[in-house]
Amino acid sequence: MVTTTGPGLARAREVAEHVTDPELPVLTLADLGVLREVELSGETVIVSITPTYSGCPALREMRADVENRLRAAGFADVEVRTVLDPPWSTDWITAEGRRKLAEYGIAPPGSAPQRAPGPVPLTLQAPPTRVDCPRCGSPETEEVSRFGATACKALRRCRSCREPFEHIKEI
Amino acid sequence: MSFDNAYQALAAADDGESRWAFGTGFDDPLSGVDTSLPEGVDGAALGAYCLMLGDDALIAAQRLTELVTRAPELEDELALANIALDLLGQARLLLSRAGQVDATGRDEDQLACFRDEREFRNVRLVELPTGHFGQTIARLLVFSAWRLALLRRLAESRDPVLAAIAAKGVNEVTYHRDYAAQWLVRLGDGTELSHERAQHGLDEVWPLVGELFDTHAVERALPGTAVPAAELREEFDEVIAQVCAAAALAVPQASPRARVGGRGGRDGVHTEHLGYLLAEMQSLARAHPEATW
Repeated sequence: MVTTTGPGLARAREVAEHVTDPELPVLTLADLGVLREVELSGETVIVSITPTYSGCPALREMRADVENRLRAAGFADVEVRTVLDPPWSTDWITAEGRRKLAEYGIAPPGSAPQRAPGPVPLTLQAPPTRVDCPRCGSPETEEVSRFGATACKALRRCRSCREPFEHIKEI
Repeated sequence: MSFDNAYQALAAADDGESRWAFGTGFDDPLSGVDTSLPEGVDGAALGAYCLMLGDDALIAAQRLTELVTRAPELEDELALANIALDLLGQARLLLSRAGQVDATGRDEDQLACFRDEREFRNVRLVELPTGHFGQTIARLLVFSAWRLALLRRLAESRDPVLAAIAAKGVNEVTYHRDYAAQWLVRLGDGTELSHERAQHGLDEVWPLVGELFDTHAVERALPGTAVPAAELREEFDEVIAQVCAAAALAVPQASPRARVGGRGGRDGVHTEHLGYLLAEMQSLARAHPEATW
């Protein structure tokens, strides 16, 4: 029987929610929106997580971390499931997650692009987006590179305080 | 946790907090996904189809990876490496799916590293040598414009696993295509030399564009699950025309490269370049078939 409430489950959820992202240790899987569900089936804790990007190498680490933490917390049977559908979106990063990102020096994402049905339109000129500098708060920032050290980040530079910073790009 | 020797410690996949690096001990990327076969879908055909699309992504990723440490600029090295990583991720998911449904039980590593050239099902376009930056960008634009049109339709596939892999890929290939398109405009509309290189890149790749739109027997055997390649041509042509107009480049008119006895990349008949690529990609795994990484 699969249950979604109860004291054992509440503890399991608590543990799973506090596992952190191996790349961004300030964020928990719950902050990141990667943790989809925690259920209890008999004695087995079933945790569902979703990959951010198809090639994200951190997913395997997240799976192992969730399993190890739950085991350490006394849950002997743990199953971690991958959920691919619907695809992860930066819109799932929680308000708390966004706050922590900014505090850590990474500009949080704006709203993810909404796609109309039909062919995906080509973007030959990136529309101007407002990203505030996580250091000085200035909105006067510019993109240096759409691609950064990990798949989810772009590189930007602040025109006011001149500091470079990373930005989680909207997807 | 203690080990008898350091190598054992490095290879340990599940030693909790003390792991030495990310990405060791890779497991099945579809682990825990409901992988049952939808009713009425032929498993062998679905496996062959996933192999085609997985091989496209794998070989394209391998070519892009060749540019790591030798891209023209650091920012573009990051871009090309990121794009390659996305494609490698798509390949891992698709090859895993192929091995699940084709009843051979092969995993992603076996499919990627232990098949010979004739068993690869990728289109020939992705195996072309890297060439100059104009060629890389032209090939990436053609590949991602075609793949985006394909994945968007595939997100409605009757196979829920394939549909989910495709839906995820749409978001990624959208910015791959934009990256290539923006560069092609910059090159085409740039200096005399950059214009010439961009046009050369397009002209070189064009003879292998026709193959992308040949509907294969495997696609016909999977109505509602696979996307017939011929359906993608119109959307592709529109995108290329739009980019070429902005880049002041001519859409090439070259006729498609001949097949061999009617067979092309999808049937395992490749250009002379694939063998060399595979030799490099597979050598480590073949030399150490029991290795863990």
